[in-house]
Amino acid sequence: MSSYLIKGARVLGGDPADLLIKDGRIAAVGESLSATGAEVVHATGLVALPGLVDLHTHLREPGREDAETVETGSRAAALGGFTAVHAMANTDPVADTAGVVEQVWRLGQEAGLVDVVPVGAVTVGLKGERLAELGAMADSAARVRVFSDDGICVSDPALMRRALEYVKALDGVVAQHAEEPRLTVGAQMHEGDRSAKLGLTGWPAAAEEAIIARDVLLAQHVGARLHICHVSTAGSVEILRWAKARGVDVTAEVTPHHLLLTDACAEGYDPVFKVNPPLRTDADVEAVRAGLADGTIDCVATDHAPHAVEDKECEWAQARPGMLGLEQALAIVQDTMVETGLLDWAGVADRMSVRPAAIGRLTGHGRPIAPGEPANLVLLDPTGRSVVDPAALASRSRNSPYAGRELPGRVVATFLRGVPTVLDGKAQR
Amino acid sequence: MAGSPPAASSSRDPRGPAAPGALLSAADVARVVDRMAHQLIEKAGNGLADLVLVGIPTRGAPLARRLAARVEAFSGTAIDVGTVDITLYRDDLRLRGVRALEDTVLPDGGIDGRLVVLVDDVLFSGRSVRAALDALRDLGRPRAVQLAVLIDRGHRELPIRADYVGKNVPTSRTQSVKVRLAETDGADEVRVTEPEERP
Amino acid sequence: MKRHLLEAADLDLADATLVLDTAAQIEAALSGREVKKLPTLRGRTVVNLFYEDSTRTRISFELAAKRLSADVINFSAKGSSVSKGESLKDTALTLEAMGSDAIVIRHGASGAPHQLASWVRGSVVNAGDGTHEHPTQALLDAYTIRHRLGRLEGVRVAVVGDVLHSRVARSNVRLLHTLGAEVTLVAPPTLLPVGVGSWPAEVSYDLDAVLPKADVVMMLRVQAERMNASFFPSAREYSRRYGLDARRMAALGDDAIVMHPGPMNRGMEIAAEVADSVRSTIVEQVGNGVSVRMAVLYLLLGGAPA
Repeated sequence: MSSYLIKGARVLGGDPADLLIKDGRIAAVGESLSATGAEVVHATGLVALPGLVDLHTHLREPGREDAETVETGSRAAALGGFTAVHAMANTDPVADTAGVVEQVWRLGQEAGLVDVVPVGAVTVGLKGERLAELGAMADSAARVRVFSDDGICVSDPALMRRALEYVKALDGVVAQHAEEPRLTVGAQMHEGDRSAKLGLTGWPAAAEEAIIARDVLLAQHVGARLHICHVSTAGSVEILRWAKARGVDVTAEVTPHHLLLTDACAEGYDPVFKVNPPLRTDADVEAVRAGLADGTIDCVATDHAPHAVEDKECEWAQARPGMLGLEQALAIVQDTMVETGLLDWAGVADRMSVRPAAIGRLTGHGRPIAPGEPANLVLLDPTGRSVVDPAALASRSRNSPYAGRELPGRVVATFLRGVPTVLDGKAQR
Repeated sequence: MAGSPPAASSSRDPRGPAAPGALLSAADVARVVDRMAHQLIEKAGNGLADLVLVGIPTRGAPLARRLAARVEAFSGTAIDVGTVDITLYRDDLRLRGVRALEDTVLPDGGIDGRLVVLVDDVLFSGRSVRAALDALRDLGRPRAVQLAVLIDRGHRELPIRADYVGKNVPTSRTQSVKVRLAETDGADEVRVTEPEERP
Repeated sequence: MKRHLLEAADLDLADATLVLDTAAQIEAALSGREVKKLPTLRGRTVVNLFYEDSTRTRISFELAAKRLSADVINFSAKGSSVSKGESLKDTALTLEAMGSDAIVIRHGASGAPHQLASWVRGSVVNAGDGTHEHPTQALLDAYTIRHRLGRLEGVRVAVVGDVLHSRVARSNVRLLHTLGAEVTLVAPPTLLPVGVGSWPAEVSYDLDAVLPKADVVMMLRVQAERMNASFFPSAREYSRRYGLDARRMAALGDDAIVMHPGPMNRGMEIAAEVADSVRSTIVEQVGNGVSVRMAVLYLLLGGAPA
């Protein structure tokens, strides 16, 4: 295995240092390192962060390989600076058995660009009726620890209680898609002034907040771990802050798009901006940024949701919800959190690598950049800005809400256990 | 008939295109209208009561009203007046921005069986008159249709000829003839302008 | 005028007034004539692309286009390639390739006309999209009010009924506001959208309090099915609180008029004796619809291509 000498990188945005990578691990960190035979990576001005971890990715395989595959999604992830992604369970067939999660895990291994960590469905077929074989998925080669019916809320409170209790034995966590289904029948966008004007059925903030409030109480009652997917409202942040203060073992994620975009995007009825939960208001964006900054929201997760052209180039009401996120996530976080002074680069490392790895119980990711640690790294150039061109994305789909938008920063290199998956901004396989 | 006014020469001006500047003053316009009224009376003979003067907006409409007033003053016969908006009948709609419509108003008895004289300010290509004839056809069946214009500037693109002409004005194609009337423009005047000095 | 008519907000005061004036002139020009046809749009093609059944709106647009001598193609989603799964975009591009100059679209999805307008070069006219807007209905309503009352400025209009699901209400609120009228929305709170406070209209839950001050009462269709989703307890209770019957009509001022975009649920939101009274403009609205749509088609297609 080759070794690499990274020269002059600013570790977590600090002072420049050299990093020697050998045998998949960080061998040394220091000034003016030299190593014979090591390939030199000039990193002056670049920021080094631990490889990013995404708790929430839709890779669409098996079932919708026309929209994304494990391989194309892995490439998009590596280009975005990720070294591990959690693949959501709402595939076809649903990832609700050991067989399906092992298949996804194996496809990830074969692609070899990021660690693809399957998420197991909470209920059989995501139907919300009875628990899937959570233990079998946990014990499989895929070692599932995160369980989610994402896309659909586990709305039956008794079933949710049982799921929370049951995964305690597996050191697992239930990641809840918080959406009270009866309050969101036919919902198309955030319910407020704009939905009233546009004549699109509203998705009230209360439908998210009601489920989060219920579930933190349940989690406390049964002493279980709970994770809340894609928090989107100011009210949700408040409830989480309250729950954490009470000692509830709850964690939460926010997506890049909820950090940046608002329901104003729906004005032109372009379904690329249709997403679930929907884009909210300016006040909500402010609140989720503040929640991420103060740690109420633990991490950024992309909810990368590729869709085929025909599922997006259609009437808003008929379009599938979701947007791409992997390749722009770090740029959005830089734009909304770093350049606003809400987080420094150490904070970004914490919210995009350390904490999500801990929530997913990934031992090899989210580690310090220190000798002896696995060499999962991303090097980014925080200077300069560029315009997003969906045609240039590695994802098989094109539904990026950032098309034409100028964003800061650029991922220069990504290392997965010492192997560069991205160099000079280009995927290596 | 009263003495021939100076502008009444019906022969073509041999000097070619008119020099730019005021062609007719307010007094000239009044004289020309009077003369045209006399010609209408003379030609209509005892069918004068049948006459309907139908102006083509914008400036044909007030011209028709003036002519009617003068005919009545000279003959003592009240003359029916109308307007016919030709916008929806134009064949050049796609060459310009969309135009606002103007009123179409006919006398209470309509125009069936009557002598309609279309009135316009300037006769140029003939396309406006063609459009007006199409519009009239949809509005009724006159006994006959004639045409009266204040200015005939030549350059016809259709086989159309005026029955009453206030003044023949030879022009080049690039010049424009600007008729101003008190009712629409605050004062009476006719000017020939070169392309670069369009107001 | 903009190239498309997608929502009432596309019309500023000057444009909206121009449409109403043009409609009045067209109506005057055609009144009493045997030949109710103008050659204006000869050689131009108007497509009626209807994804929802609406015979009256389609016929109104069809008549408007034909009276302006346009060629009219009626493309109904039923029994066409659309029902075999062709996308709106593919349909739009096909129609444009066939040379359509304007597409009049009725669609069940809010925003479909906006999307269509982004895909085609010709003009797009929204003939009703989902629960969003129906701008030509608002124009014909404004035309009818102006014709009956002689003005729009300061006219007090009560819009009564299922505002939440009504594209007619959305377009009327915006257009009537533009034209200087004062709109009050009257409905049970369940049938008003969250966010209605941002509209340029007053809101009331009490029909009886609003009626004496109204110059115009515009009744919206209320579908009995809404009852099943608990928007109101029963048709009877709805009718009792928000229906316009003879007793309530008596509370109206002498010159006040009653409007309804149709089709009516007689006995639900409007009593038969009200619908058939001299105050009712319901039949007049239908006739005015043709003139207003002729005006819109002329103003969108009658000039040089944009």
